[in-house]
Amino acid sequence: MALTNALIVGASLAGIRAAETLRRDGFDGPIAMVGDELHRPYDRPPLSKQVLAGEWAVERTALLEDDAVDGLELDWHLGRRATRLDLSRREVELDDGALLGFDGAIVATGARPRTIPTGGLTGIHTLRTMDDAMAIRAGFEAGPRVVVVGAGFIGAEVAATARMLGLDVTLVEAAPAPMERGLGRELGMVCADLHRDHGVDLRLGVGVEGFEGTGRVEAVRLSDDSTVPADLVVVGIGVVPNTDWLEGSGLTIDNGVLCDETCLAATGVVAAGDVARWPNRRFGEVMRVEHWDNAVEQGVAAARRLLVGEGAGTPFEPVPWFWSDQYDRKIQLAGRPNDADEVTVVTGAIDERRFAALYRRGDRLAAVFGMNRPRHVMQYRQLIADGASWDAALESASS
Amino acid sequence: MRRTVVRVVVDYDLCESNAICMQVAPEVFEVRDDDFLYVLNETPGEEMRAKVEEAVQRCPKQAISIAVD
Repeated sequence: MALTNALIVGASLAGIRAAETLRRDGFDGPIAMVGDELHRPYDRPPLSKQVLAGEWAVERTALLEDDAVDGLELDWHLGRRATRLDLSRREVELDDGALLGFDGAIVATGARPRTIPTGGLTGIHTLRTMDDAMAIRAGFEAGPRVVVVGAGFIGAEVAATARMLGLDVTLVEAAPAPMERGLGRELGMVCADLHRDHGVDLRLGVGVEGFEGTGRVEAVRLSDDSTVPADLVVVGIGVVPNTDWLEGSGLTIDNGVLCDETCLAATGVVAAGDVARWPNRRFGEVMRVEHWDNAVEQGVAAARRLLVGEGAGTPFEPVPWFWSDQYDRKIQLAGRPNDADEVTVVTGAIDERRFAALYRRGDRLAAVFGMNRPRHVMQYRQLIADGASWDAALESASS
Repeated sequence: MRRTVVRVVVDYDLCESNAICMQVAPEVFEVRDDDFLYVLNETPGEEMRAKVEEAVQRCPKQAISIAVD
C-alpha cells in the first residue's frame, strides 16, 4: 500500500532530513511534524562551540531557511510532545490530547542527557538544546570557575570553548582517557594532552561523588576525596534514547527503538537518528549511533523505507563518522573502533597534532582517526566502506 | 531551449573542510593536503545533480548550495 499520510515525530536533524526526502522523492500527501521544542528546527553541533562562545546568533543555527520550511508544506506541531503510539489504530497522541493519524510514521525523538542528582542546587547544567546552550552562555558571562563532568565529545568541546573564553576549567572523567568510547584509549590520551596543553585541569579515572553549595553549586566532590571549587558545572555523561512514550506500543524497545536492517520498526513505522537501533550488516553489529552524519543518512534511509511500503527495502549499512572541533584541532573518526584494535599512525605525527591513524582488527581495517587530516579520514572511510583488508589500507597509505 | 546549468556555490566562511562532500561527489569536490576544499567543477551538469544535492544535505556546516542559472 502506498504512503498517503505521513507523520514524523521529532523535528530535529533526522526528522527534517526525512521530511525533505519524502518531498524530494515525490510524496505530495500530508506530512505532520511533531517537535517538543518551540524553536524552529536548528542544528545542534554549534551549541557547544559557536553558540556557547557567543560567536553565532541563534538564527544562524537554523536547519532550514524560511522559504525551504514553507516549501516542505508540513503540518507543524511544535512545543508538543508525543505521549503514545497506537499501532493498531495508526495514531499518535500528543501531550495536549490531540490525536494524529498516519499510515507511515518516522520515529526520530532523539535522546536526552543523562543526569546525576544535583541536590536541588542551581548552576548545574546539561547541554542538548538551544535553551541549555543559552543558559550556560549566560552563566559564562560572570567569568565562573567551570567544572565539566564527563570528557566525552560534548564535555571536551564545552571545556575547549570555556578555555578559549579564558575561563578556569576542570574536566573530570571516570574513564582512564577522554572520549575513550569513541576513540579508544590510545588516541583518547592524545586528546588528553591537547586539553592539558590548553590549560585544562584534567582529572582522569575519577568519578563525581556529589555537589556542595547552598542554593547554588560551590564545589564538586570527587571519588578521590578531593573537592574542586565550581561556580558553574556542565554534566556531559552521555544520553538516553527518548523511548518512554513508546512503552507498551508494541515496538521493541531495547536501548532505542529496535529496527530491522532497513530501519523498519513495525509495518509502516521506521526510526532514525539517536533513537534508532538497528543491525548494521557491514559491521555485523546491532548499533545505535549518536552522530550528526548518521541522523542525516538515516533520516534519508528511513524516509525511503516508508516510501517502499511492503517492498523489501534497502539495508542501511553506513560507516559511522563524526567530527569534533576542539581548540584549533579537527578530530574525526570513521568506522567502529574498539580497545583491542591495534593503532598505527600512517601519515603525519602525533606530536605535531596533525596525523591520521588506522585501527586494525584481524586482517581488516576497522576505523580511521584523524586530527586535522580530513582528506585522509574520508579516503580511509571509503576503504572501510569497500571492505578493504588491512594490507590494502597500508598499501594505500604508502602510495 | 536553454540547458539548465547547476552551479555549485561554497561559502568558504562556513566551510571547515570536513570532506564529506569529497566522499559523496569526488568528481566535484576535493579536499587537498593543505586542508582546503577545492571545487573541481563548478558547473557539473544535470547528471551530477543528485550527488551534489546529497553533498549539500550532508555538509556538517551547511556550506554548500546549488544555484540554478
